[in-house]
Amino acid sequence: MIRFENVGLRYGTGPEVLRDISFTLPPGSFHFMTGASGAGKSSLLKLMYLAHRPSRGLITLFGRDMARAKRGDLPALRRQIGVVFQDFALLDHLSTLDNVALPLRMSGASEADVVEHCTEILRWVGLGNHLHALPSTLSGGQQQRVAIARSVINRPRLLLADEPTGNVDDGIGMRLLYLFEELHKLGTTVVIATHNEALIRRFDHPRLHLENGRLHVMPAQAARWA
Amino acid sequence: MALPLYRKRFDLPLAKDPTSRFLTWLTALIVYLAALALAGALVVSDMARRWDSGLAGGLTVQIAPLPDAAASPLNERVEAALTVLRSTPGVKTANALTSDDTARLLEPWLGPEAADPLLPMPRLIDVVTDGPVDVDALTLRLKSAAPGATLDDHAVWLADLRNFAGAVHLAALGVVALIGGAGVMAVVFAVRAGLAIHRHVVELLHLMGATDRYVARQFESHVMSLTLRGGLGGLGLALATLVGIGRASAGLRASLLPNVSLEVWQMGLLAIVPVMACLLAMVTARWTVLRTLETLP
Repeated sequence: MIRFENVGLRYGTGPEVLRDISFTLPPGSFHFMTGASGAGKSSLLKLMYLAHRPSRGLITLFGRDMARAKRGDLPALRRQIGVVFQDFALLDHLSTLDNVALPLRMSGASEADVVEHCTEILRWVGLGNHLHALPSTLSGGQQQRVAIARSVINRPRLLLADEPTGNVDDGIGMRLLYLFEELHKLGTTVVIATHNEALIRRFDHPRLHLENGRLHVMPAQAARWA
Repeated sequence: MALPLYRKRFDLPLAKDPTSRFLTWLTALIVYLAALALAGALVVSDMARRWDSGLAGGLTVQIAPLPDAAASPLNERVEAALTVLRSTPGVKTANALTSDDTARLLEPWLGPEAADPLLPMPRLIDVVTDGPVDVDALTLRLKSAAPGATLDDHAVWLADLRNFAGAVHLAALGVVALIGGAGVMAVVFAVRAGLAIHRHVVELLHLMGATDRYVARQFESHVMSLTLRGGLGGLGLALATLVGIGRASAGLRASLLPNVSLEVWQMGLLAIVPVMACLLAMVTARWTVLRTLETLP
């Protein structure tokens, strides 16, 4: 699914924020990404959802060498990746349904399909009564669920979430993680960046731990008791 | 089921941009000026065509009244000139204009008083040719047969007229090109401003897998809507102006102006101006967005 080999990233002429990152995520796997603030979690996620190109090293995504991928090929690859952004990144002027519909409309889905699928998924995340609400009228937890619904509406092969529980209380955070678990069971490869140790320890998944720009891959059991 | 064709939904909240109203008004002004420039070119074309068809293939002989008492009467000299003309190879017909015809021709300059019999009016002979005429030899024969006769072969007039019409066309094209250039710059500015204002949304769409064309289409549709609205307004204003000018010129008692009213088909031709402005704006918007998005990874 994803392979990083000796990947490094620096912004401009600054120091490397990620150094010698090497790991492989098999299809259908579930990983937590941990590390202190500034350790490079968001930067690593950005490399994974193709927001940045690495300064060095090799990234293979869905079996394709990203160094050789043309710019015109990237949109189709990005549509196979669902991203839950730390700040939700919902569009304030669009309704809940229209926010969730964005990936479908980009893919050229018909309006009938868009309405049907978006309504279904918003019901699934418990927002069936808020189809036409604007994001500003929703609570933090509801906005987070809209962001999750949007990230999975296109049935992505890879789901990346950046601190999805960062803006919600533990109860809602737990419910969100169970949502990710359900998606994982449907075959989606999931990576969740978080620093919420209490939540992580309730799930038996391996961990990608970042420290000073370097990555340590910890297997499930070790991660649980780390 | 909603029809996608009529769905007015933009992922980018462009309608609230401060540049939107500015672009509508600017397009209205641009289309107004371009339509007037083109209308001017059409009027001059018509005028040149009318004069050209009226003057080409013909000669005009003018026989002036002479103060010299010894000279033959005007009518006799006209008859003598007609005789010379009708015997000249290349001349098809030669007809003397009546005093009323002459007065009518001079009316735009002199007003209704041109028909006053006390005015010393020259007599004109309209000559239609059907072959080459030796103008120099004919001039000499006319002067000898009818003193005070002058021959005008219209060549100088026609050359001047054609030059003038060409210059007006070039000027109109230049004005339209300048106006179009200003319009393109305005669209580039508006689209760049839109991209800057909504940069975070554009980047989000880009990361979600939107192609550059998908984002560009949003700007294209938005710009099309604004420029079409402004363009139709500008065209309406231009047509109203032209109709007003036409009516004002028709009301002049002794008009020195050519006919400035346009035919219906010419009015229809002006309708192309807002369409072209709209298409130009759309192409400009697409080009600007695509070039800007190239900077994203």
